[in-house]
Amino acid sequence: MTPPTLQVRNLRTHFFTRAGVVKAVDDVSFTVDRGKVLGLVGESGSGKSVTGFSILGLVDPPGRIAGGQILFKGQDLAGLSEEAMRQLRGNRIAMIFQDPMMTLNPVLRIDTQMIETVLAHEKVSREEARQRARDALGQVGIPSPEERLRAYPHQFSGGMRQRVAIAIALLHKPDLIVADEPTTALDVTIQGQILAEAQKLCADFGTALIWITHDLSVVAGLADDIAVMYAGKVVEQGPVTQVLDQPLHPYTVGLIGSVPSRNKRGEPLRQIPGMTPSLLNLPAGCAFRARCPRAEARCAEPPPMAEYRPGRHARCIHPYEEAVAA
Amino acid sequence: MTVFLLRRLIQAAAVVLAMSLLVFLGVYAIGDPVEILISPEADQIERERAIQALGLDLPLWQQYLVFLGNALRGDLGRSFVFNEPALQLILQRMPATLELAVGATVAALIIGLPLGLYAGLRPNSTLSKGIMAGSILGFSLPTFWVGLMLIMVFAVQLGWLPSTGRGETVEVLGMRWSFLTANGLAHMVMPAINLSLFKISLVIRLTRAGVRETMLMDYVKFARAKGLSPTRITMVHVFKNILIPVVTVVGLEFGGTIAFSVVTESVFAWPGMGKLIIDSINVLDRPVMVAYLMIIVLMFITINLIVDITYSLLDPRVRLEGKA
Ligand SMILES: Nc1ncnc2c1ncn2[C@@H]1O[C@H](COP(=O)(O)OP(=O)(O)OP(=O)(O)O)[C@@H](O)[C@H]1O
Ligand code: SF4
Ligand SMILES: [Mg+2]
Repeated sequence: MTPPTLQVRNLRTHFFTRAGVVKAVDDVSFTVDRGKVLGLVGESGSGKSVTGFSILGLVDPPGRIAGGQILFKGQDLAGLSEEAMRQLRGNRIAMIFQDPMMTLNPVLRIDTQMIETVLAHEKVSREEARQRARDALGQVGIPSPEERLRAYPHQFSGGMRQRVAIAIALLHKPDLIVADEPTTALDVTIQGQILAEAQKLCADFGTALIWITHDLSVVAGLADDIAVMYAGKVVEQGPVTQVLDQPLHPYTVGLIGSVPSRNKRGEPLRQIPGMTPSLLNLPAGCAFRARCPRAEARCAEPPPMAEYRPGRHARCIHPYEEAVAA
Repeated sequence: MTVFLLRRLIQAAAVVLAMSLLVFLGVYAIGDPVEILISPEADQIERERAIQALGLDLPLWQQYLVFLGNALRGDLGRSFVFNEPALQLILQRMPATLELAVGATVAALIIGLPLGLYAGLRPNSTLSKGIMAGSILGFSLPTFWVGLMLIMVFAVQLGWLPSTGRGETVEVLGMRWSFLTANGLAHMVMPAINLSLFKISLVIRLTRAGVRETMLMDYVKFARAKGLSPTRITMVHVFKNILIPVVTVVGLEFGGTIAFSVVTESVFAWPGMGKLIIDSINVLDRPVMVAYLMIIVLMFITINLIVDITYSLLDPRVRLEGKA
């Protein structure tokens, strides 16, 4: 049996700052298979981006991977040399960033930025690399790609820039793409188009996709599985429809309750009370305790990740067993 | 582009006019050349005649108008001392100053960019800290003192380099240049280094700050995510971005370098415009002073224009039309 495209096991990525150790990612595990989409959700600062950067080996000091395994097609990336990692990056594993206005180099033309990506991993002529770049632009729906190749990033709108970034990610038909909130900065129609393209891509090439977002409605339409992160830990994961229909973890319940479209009109938006805890001095036990409506004395012990229903994991000792009306 | 150039030309003309008035008033407010130029033994009639010949008897505003009228015809007056057209005197010495200033700027870039790049990429290494400490010295040591030290060590003690003059020159385009002969180049080394000391420090600091800022940008991280080699990221993605502020500042500094070459030229007896202006101030040779200042003004304006155009070539986001 071939191993899944990506298997993250007990990943810990910590930042060793002067103020103390920030456990940005603390014991995160998930699996993404060929052609599948994993939605990684959680509020700001929960460690989604750091998880993504860890997979690409792009965690900057003072941060580093402090433990766990990142198995890419069975090979552990955490132990790989920088050069071996560079050869995978942009080639077998690609990443799309959140802010399309910042990801392209403002002083280099689009063709330069695309051709160099081709040449970094394949020995082909410049002309062929250019051809590939043009095809990739066409593939993501950029009109008159030949002309647009000669343009600079500032001559593109935000949506177009994100398409260029996606085209760059597609150049080598990677096995895995980490998309870090790629549509957050875009308006709804463009977001829809890009989501449709992403889905088509996974189906066509069997690319595994990790889609990081804090927008549950995006995940609902796109992902097969979902992993909910809170304070550096995955607190719930499972098939997306099941998790959204019958969440187990109180934090997931709160997250779903705060989505506007799910509220009845006229009803005030429900919000999760309290604030995200500081990662510097997390209390022992469940990190969500101070904000949890179901907290009890036992929650002062760290809750283990447990399978409450087939394929449904949650890190909570007192989960919602019944379907809750969210 | 055309609109931009036209607008800049009109601006330039206005600036030159305003400066001519200021320069004229400034120079004429200090000292009385009559005291210096006409021998104390001369009798009253001789004095009157001399004053009339120099045009010093007219009221100030008339003198200014005469000056302006002549200037429009390319005549900036005759030197009281050399009795030669002031413009010609200065233009003769301009190549010497220009090649010195260009040499200093090139040296500043060749030395400053790599050092700054290194210090920016490895901010915590001992060498980087040494480079930064050195750049503080470059900022704060007085030019004339460093010049004298250079002469002491490399000319007097070691005897490696000549300490005065331009050495052999060749004539190209009707002007004499030192940098085209080995001997002239040897003469240029010390003055150019001396003049570039401040600029080297400036380039180091600008480059380092630019590198550190650019390395944090998303597009550098994205370049890494594309799997580019560290060399390509540094030399293309980072370097092209830091070149923008460096070129701007060094370009704008060029005028200052020419103006400050006065000190270096005096120390190394380099026969350029700076030395001429010091000599002229000593004898209150007004036409030469005025002509020198006007040429410096023109030079600053030209340099600014060139910098703006270069800037727009380096940074595709800048469109010249859009700028005032
Ligand atoms: N360079 C760093 N030094 C110290 N702490 C860091 C650093 N980078 C990230 N962190 C910490 O890691 C935590 C997780 O950050 P991350 O960017 O992964 O959040 P996120 O879930 O992607 O949030 P967002 O939705 O805002 O993008 C943050 O709380 C932050 O404090
Ligand atoms: S473990 Fe306790 S505090 Fe944490 S989410 Fe579950 S019920 Fe709430
Ligand atoms: Mg993020």
